[in-house]
Amino acid sequence: MTPKSSNSLRPSEPTTGVPPVEDEHGQDVRGTPVALEMRGISKRFGPVQALSEVTFHVRKGTIHTLCGENGAGKSTLMKILAGVYRPDSGSIHIHGQERTFQVPADALAAGVSMIYQELDLAQDLTVAENVFLGAEPAGFLPYTIGQRVMESETARLAGQYGFDVNPRARVGDLPMGDCQIVEVLKALRRNASLIVLDEPTSSLSENEAQRLFTVVRSLRERGMAIVYISHRLEEVVGLADDISVLRDGRVAHSASASSLDIPAIVRHMVGRELTEFFPPRKAAAGDVCVQVENLSSARGLRDISFSVRKGEIVGMAGLVGAGRTEVARALFGVDKMTSGRLLLDGEEVRIASPADAIRQRVAFLTEDRTRTGLCLELPCAWNITLPNLETLGMQRVIWPRRESAVAAQMGERISIKWSGPGAPATSLSGGNQQKLLIARWLLAQSRFLIFDEPTRGIDVGAKREVYGLMNTLAEEGRAILFISSELPELFGVTDRILVMRRGRLVGDLRTSETSPDKVMHLAAVETN
Amino acid sequence: MNTLVRKVIPFASLVIIVLGLSALRPDTFLTADNFINVLSRSSVNGIIAVGMTAIIISGGIDLSVGSALALAGMVGAWTMLWLAGGDPAGTLWSVPSDIPAGPGRPPEPTALAMAFGTLAGVAAGTLCGFVNGALISKLRLPPFIVTLGTMSALRGIAYVMNDGEPYNVATYKYLGEGAFLGARVCVLIFAAVAVLAALALRYVRLGRYTYAIGSNREAAFHAGINVDRCLVWIYTLTGVAIGIAAMIQTSRTVSAQPTAGLSLELDVIAAVVIGGASLSGGRGTILGTIIGTLLISFLRNGCTLLGISTNVQLIVIGAIIVAAVSVDQLARSKTQ
Repeated sequence: MTPKSSNSLRPSEPTTGVPPVEDEHGQDVRGTPVALEMRGISKRFGPVQALSEVTFHVRKGTIHTLCGENGAGKSTLMKILAGVYRPDSGSIHIHGQERTFQVPADALAAGVSMIYQELDLAQDLTVAENVFLGAEPAGFLPYTIGQRVMESETARLAGQYGFDVNPRARVGDLPMGDCQIVEVLKALRRNASLIVLDEPTSSLSENEAQRLFTVVRSLRERGMAIVYISHRLEEVVGLADDISVLRDGRVAHSASASSLDIPAIVRHMVGRELTEFFPPRKAAAGDVCVQVENLSSARGLRDISFSVRKGEIVGMAGLVGAGRTEVARALFGVDKMTSGRLLLDGEEVRIASPADAIRQRVAFLTEDRTRTGLCLELPCAWNITLPNLETLGMQRVIWPRRESAVAAQMGERISIKWSGPGAPATSLSGGNQQKLLIARWLLAQSRFLIFDEPTRGIDVGAKREVYGLMNTLAEEGRAILFISSELPELFGVTDRILVMRRGRLVGDLRTSETSPDKVMHLAAVETN
Repeated sequence: MNTLVRKVIPFASLVIIVLGLSALRPDTFLTADNFINVLSRSSVNGIIAVGMTAIIISGGIDLSVGSALALAGMVGAWTMLWLAGGDPAGTLWSVPSDIPAGPGRPPEPTALAMAFGTLAGVAAGTLCGFVNGALISKLRLPPFIVTLGTMSALRGIAYVMNDGEPYNVATYKYLGEGAFLGARVCVLIFAAVAVLAALALRYVRLGRYTYAIGSNREAAFHAGINVDRCLVWIYTLTGVAIGIAAMIQTSRTVSAQPTAGLSLELDVIAAVVIGGASLSGGRGTILGTIIGTLLISFLRNGCTLLGISTNVQLIVIGAIIVAAVSVDQLARSKTQ
């Protein structure tokens, strides 16, 4: 298989798989008209060539997935499409017509709608108000807004595509999945002909994700062209018609989805074969390290008991809202335990705050690293040492040089890519930011580590490194609780899986003796 | 590269202003007397600005500094006069100090009384800071609202203390005019406060946590920092600075005025912001703040020497604040 190069647009040239190729009438060789074509796009930021000669096209009524590790150039390419950046060279054609986007409004006017990971919604407005934001219909009296027209239009639009949302609901009260649908409605209201979804499922539960897939498929059936960006390769394969893989700012591969499987995509993404995606486990479980008895909390946890042994990685599965993060918060002293006990190495401990937890050598890698994890504008070294100044013997005086040295050493140990420990945490990629937080808890010599969605939003290579680090920690005899919404990684990494549903623990299963179906069933299906 | 430019701009502007004024008014501006004058006048604002820097780095704000300054000065002067044997309720205390000795004259505090009075003033400032810190952390109220309230309340107490009249302490001159080893005492205190604060922000855990809380309070909490306790400390220590500044101010005017420090908070916040601190927290340095304070002081001084009225000075300073912040923003957006 030869990587598709930028000049392979001529239909005469042999191509791999079923690459997007069009003839002189703007028709795909397979007969589907092309909705979007980006030809030979290059973009340089200072010394970094973010994109070189990227050619990419999306057929009408299809889903084209864009894969690639963080930093491969996906976001840059999409920002060029959205009119946020201007390409150094290359052209954009919408329905066969060349367009130049000076500002994002130009892209919107051309029918290109972006739905970003962080949604652009006004939390305090209703669904209808959000859908019509900036284009409110006139009301009966002059200078008023036609609230009813807006609501009925929104309802009509939703009904047309079979979405179930209440136009009068306040967006802030909606679950994440519904917010995505509001974004889709916004795009539909603008008569978008091309929708770009950037990591839409990263904060959705399995159910919500399934619902979103239905939405995306129904958009496709109505002739919408869709660019879908995701790290979750399982969903990519299930959803896409075409797949393009970006690597180092170039198209590494582009083919129809039917000709690719996950290992092949991963291979194109990383440029090498990942012999085993999940590193082998070597740790043997020792004595019980963590024992949770009858834990209840004000946030809806009821009577939860489980234990984690030294050297054991215990997974925690459940739908969003099942109370997984709440268990972590209660154990780490963020939320109050209303009843129950926590024993560490056989001794009962009282944890009323994160400070207490850290003193007991409990670590909590939170799911939202920008909100509850990092101080982004502060140096990496400071972020690593933040909870550790006392144990580093710097409770009275901080020695910046020693601090930097310690941080540099941690960085080397888990191979953080940075320009140095003094660089601000913002300058790091998502995966490396996550490693910064792992370095923090490694340095804390924690005996019990809670990882809450540690691989969310980071690329394949970084994910594998995170799994490897968890293994190493287990081998060192630490107890690990691994909360995840991705069943494959739970099955790839853990010894046991705990299943949560509506604030209760409904399953405690040996990983080797269960199956994803069984876990999903426990998590999703109400039984008594 | 751009970060360097950003850091250098306030300092460069200060140098330009000083050089420009030296060229324009070499005879009046470029004199030792004038420089000593400007520095001692900056010491009050500067000491408070040092505390404000820490508060702003922590993501907070303190609007009550001017009122706390007035109240702390009143408490300090009251204590001196009371210890000097006067009648606390006597109206005589507020008569101007230049009337001849006799029954109409307020008592003259002894050195010991002045020392205790100074401590009382600093303690009063500290208490004001503690109250702010406690309200902000325990009640989880926004600092802007809390200090807007205390700004009014503390000013009210300062007025109530002597019915809106000042307390005169004619002999309390050491902090304002005194010299120690050839340098003005108030300037030395300013330097000491600034150095201590700069060291604390850099080398002490509380300083580090101040940056962390301002940068991301939730993250700081999840990293085991006792955010509430840190905030109480930050506001209380700023209170100490206010108390010290209040006694310098009292000494400079040999009286405690209930109207002292009106709209001082704006000058102080301006100095901190010109010095490169971010009002959203996580960023700022003592050095920057000192440059900002001196910039405003020299600008005021220069305007006066150039015969520009105080009214026009307000316009100039307002323009400088906006310019400083926009240059900073511009440089920031370029770097990212």
